[in-house]
Amino acid sequence: MLLRDCLEAYDLRFATTDPAVAKQHGIEAVETLPDCNQNKPVQSVLCAFKALWVVLKHRPDVILSTGAAPGYFCLLAGRLTGARTLWIDSVANAEQLSMCGKLSKRTAHECITQWKHLADGDSVKYRGAVL
Amino acid sequence: MILVTVGMQLGFDRLIEAMDELAPSLDMPVIAQTGRSSYQPANMEAREKIAPSEFEELVKQSRVIVSHAGIGTVLTAQRLSTPIVLFPRRYDFGEHRNDHQVATVRNLEGRPGVLIAFEQQELAGRIAEGLELASTRAALSPTKAQLQSAIVSFIETGNI
Repeated sequence: MLLRDCLEAYDLRFATTDPAVAKQHGIEAVETLPDCNQNKPVQSVLCAFKALWVVLKHRPDVILSTGAAPGYFCLLAGRLTGARTLWIDSVANAEQLSMCGKLSKRTAHECITQWKHLADGDSVKYRGAVL
Repeated sequence: MILVTVGMQLGFDRLIEAMDELAPSLDMPVIAQTGRSSYQPANMEAREKIAPSEFEELVKQSRVIVSHAGIGTVLTAQRLSTPIVLFPRRYDFGEHRNDHQVATVRNLEGRPGVLIAFEQQELAGRIAEGLELASTRAALSPTKAQLQSAIVSFIETGNI
């Protein structure tokens, strides 16, 4: 949401685990994904299917995600449909990349950290931060 | 008003005591979210927890926030354009499991609207600087502009 103003020129679709947050920011049309993490295998599988369905429905050219697992599933689904995918690791991860961030090094087209010291000069890049 | 917060997980008596000492000299109300604290403040309104929605309201009303170096609070302050003074928890005082808050503030130093007090004696000065900023409300962070241009470049060209 903090980065949204640079995206206004594009045809945007949002997917979230919490539609109340979208509404708070004035976004009514939003896809809802079930929340999940590595400790909830059943929900993760459901979420992965829902993410695939959402991506197949909208067929985005580009997928951006700031996390967490539900966003990562959208990126994976995007790889299947040929979308260009960018992982932006949350600024909250100041000590190390999130688990999905680490996975996205190899699975997303690009992976960004918001902390200079976490960039590795190769697959993890630093290009500024929301702060 | 000045809002003091130590986050929801751990107490942070060193910050609460320091702010309680400073409060009478600040000439405005001070509200502190103290977490679990053994120290009982005398010069400011102290509450163990504040619900997120009320916290957000209080941030909007504050001229400066004084906080432990929690990223969540920094983000809230930034979103609501409120200057924030960060006082990191220290491992050697048993305030956290390691010194990541000290590392965090080193990385945040110099960003607009973010002021750092490494030592208790620096708090008063940083708060005064924050109060100066409160009237000018910081402009867009340069690192945010950089990140946004990287995103637009990714969308347009695939390169960042």
